[in-house]
Amino acid sequence: MSVELRYSRSARSLNKSAWVNVGIRLSAIILALLFTSVILLIAKANPLQAYKSILHGAFGSTIKLTSVIASWVPLVIATSGLLFTFTAGLWNIGMEGQIIMGSVFAVGAFRFLDDTSLAPALVITLAFVAGAVGGILWALLPGLMKIFGGVNEIFGGLGLNFVAKTVAIWLIFGPWKRPGVASGSGTEWIDIQYRLPYLPGTNLSLTILIIAVVIAIITAVMLKGTHFGLRLKAIGKNDKAAYILGVPTSRYFLLAFGICGFFAGIAGSILVTSKQYSLIPDAGFGYGFLGLLVAMLVNYHPIWSSVVALFFAALSIGNTELQYMGLNSYFAGVLQGFLVLFVVLVDGVRKQLVKTR
Amino acid sequence: MKISFSHIHKRFGNVHANNDINLVIPSGSIQGILGENGAGKSTLMKILTGYYHADSGEILLDDRAVKITSPVDAVRQGIGMLHQDPLDFPPMRVIDNFLLGSRGGLFPKRNEVEKEILRLSREFDFQISPDTYVETMTVGERQQLEILRLLWLGVKVLILDEPTTGISANQRDKLFATLIKLAKQGLTVIFVSHKLEEVEQLCDRVAVFRQGEVVGEVEPPYDTDEFVYMMFGKSVEVGEKKTFCTELPLIQLENIGLEDYRLHLGNINLEIYQGEVIGLAGMEGSGQRLFLHMLTGLLRPVTGKIKLTGEDFTGKTYPFFQKAGVAYLPAARLEEGLIPGMTLTEHFILSEEHSELFVDQKSALYLTEERIRDFYIKGTPVSMIEQLSGGNQQRALLALLRRKLKLILMEHPTRGLDIESAIWIWSKMKERCKECSSVVFTSSDLDEIIQYSDRILVFFGGLVSEPIDATTTTVDELGQLIGGKGW
Repeated sequence: MSVELRYSRSARSLNKSAWVNVGIRLSAIILALLFTSVILLIAKANPLQAYKSILHGAFGSTIKLTSVIASWVPLVIATSGLLFTFTAGLWNIGMEGQIIMGSVFAVGAFRFLDDTSLAPALVITLAFVAGAVGGILWALLPGLMKIFGGVNEIFGGLGLNFVAKTVAIWLIFGPWKRPGVASGSGTEWIDIQYRLPYLPGTNLSLTILIIAVVIAIITAVMLKGTHFGLRLKAIGKNDKAAYILGVPTSRYFLLAFGICGFFAGIAGSILVTSKQYSLIPDAGFGYGFLGLLVAMLVNYHPIWSSVVALFFAALSIGNTELQYMGLNSYFAGVLQGFLVLFVVLVDGVRKQLVKTR
Repeated sequence: MKISFSHIHKRFGNVHANNDINLVIPSGSIQGILGENGAGKSTLMKILTGYYHADSGEILLDDRAVKITSPVDAVRQGIGMLHQDPLDFPPMRVIDNFLLGSRGGLFPKRNEVEKEILRLSREFDFQISPDTYVETMTVGERQQLEILRLLWLGVKVLILDEPTTGISANQRDKLFATLIKLAKQGLTVIFVSHKLEEVEQLCDRVAVFRQGEVVGEVEPPYDTDEFVYMMFGKSVEVGEKKTFCTELPLIQLENIGLEDYRLHLGNINLEIYQGEVIGLAGMEGSGQRLFLHMLTGLLRPVTGKIKLTGEDFTGKTYPFFQKAGVAYLPAARLEEGLIPGMTLTEHFILSEEHSELFVDQKSALYLTEERIRDFYIKGTPVSMIEQLSGGNQQRALLALLRRKLKLILMEHPTRGLDIESAIWIWSKMKERCKECSSVVFTSSDLDEIIQYSDRILVFFGGLVSEPIDATTTTVDELGQLIGGKGW
């Protein structure tokens, strides 16, 4: 702050550019809504009514509202992890696979510890640790492949997403199949004592909410206030120069991947203990991909990511209501996709204009 | 093509980078643009080439008012610029760089273009092969490539922004011959520089810039003192040569062999003493960079031993050298030395060693303000590094050096700087030498090498000379060695 106060002229221009940024995002949202409306009209639906029912679906009751928050939790955790890799200039496309691996390891831990006499709280904690280990391992793979094999992390991550999903399916239909008949609906549910209890009258566990808030705060503080965050940023912007200036780039690449994988594993464990209670083929629920969209949309600013993640969660939960209008409930994806496209587009256009001005 | 600037104004925030510029450059001549860093030379050239748009004023080409909207548009109108840092596509071949800039046609005509490259290359006595990867070329060669490319695109006006920084004396002579030839063919050449000697040698007429204004236009015969007075508004004296050697060796090199895919240097034996300055002379790409990289741990020698204060450092990586007090300032500032998108303050925080978790913004700001003052950097702590002029970036790079250092390795430390800044930088280096730091540097300016070195190594075609005493050698003697005579 003091930097900005003392350099008031620069501060003013900084503030100005901050407002320009808000303006860009607002205009992108308006454009996205317009385009989505056009598509709704083509589908012969009333856009206003559709948006209204999304709002209603997201905030119409306590259950709905808490469902939004429950869905915000894994999303904001995934986004937080991705902020670390993005800051280091890494495209961790493998986030989804890392969440799946977190779920796999968490479910594995529950199966392994099921018949022991350990206290449930301890078992749950161990399952979270296992999930975190799974996420970290799966995230370090593309990191190691990049550093020692020269494999671009995008391709590494993409491939590992498929592998993670395949591992989950193999477990579901193979070693971990339900007694009797194996089913695509997943493995057997974990024991009721291991499920995180919801607050009365809601769909939300207080524990996961606390975890998410803590992770979001840690992320913001780490990236904005610490030497670690600054070094990550330096690597992301110019890894050659950062190395010459004394940042051990390989180690920081791995750290970024590791932290991201840690958060992915936590997100996976949360999905197991408070949502699905089992391993299903689509164990990541797309939160890894959605997290990528959120991170891009907020231009990698940790504080905004919580807000935008809430908006995305509301869309995802709210759009189930669209079914009553005869629309597909994946419709929120259209709006989310348009949002990111237009933010990137408007921002790109602005940069072009600034360059020549 | 005749170029006229009429009442050009350009402001960046509070800085009036171009203040009412009026200048006419006749066709078929070499026009010098002289001025110190930040005088507004580059800004005017960027306006002419469409990178910036002037706030007000007019550009006339052959007396016709034109609007130049972008660099591509500039080339279309016949204006090409050679940048201080070459803008090409390093991971591609020479020929692909040509094809990328050409217009039209679904299928590029590889064979024709290849022939053209070879023809142009021969005409100007350049050695550029169409199939070389650009990233393997030296700054000098990349510059030659860019000149060929612009000529091939048919430009009528060639702008060169500080073209002799970072290239060898031989390449410079070739460049000058080329420019004279081009001017005779009717091209208009604009030569932007702060080097008096070169401007005097080459240019038909010179416009001197100071603080965003044209303070004078001069034609031969030139008077150096007059130029200096116009550039700085005062006279400047060259600093006195001093040496501060002690007898303790800092670095011992035993039978060092260095290699990359096209060069092999063998059998280097050398002791570098504390407080000594060693200058590396030679044509660009003769192995000086390999030598510096070996001394930083960025390149592992294929044979031999490196000892740092008696301890074996062979095979250790850069972080070990850095911890031991070795610093490296690369030539490509924005590619290897600094981080575009980060502020000066952030650079200073990064460059210091920190063990604590949180950034202490207050002390970082204090440090940055102090360094900005000490190093006369034109910028504020929150300025993004890429917004600084080339010379100020170089000052920032020097300001980033840690306090206690044993060995400072520099590539072209005064490249792109005016005389006053260069003298000042060397006074800073000599202060370090007094504290027993050693300096090893490359330069294409032989006067600089002789002026500031204690001993000199000449590199030529895979050979490294015995150390030459700088007090007894001459520019001529070094020039002979660099050119391959007397080995």
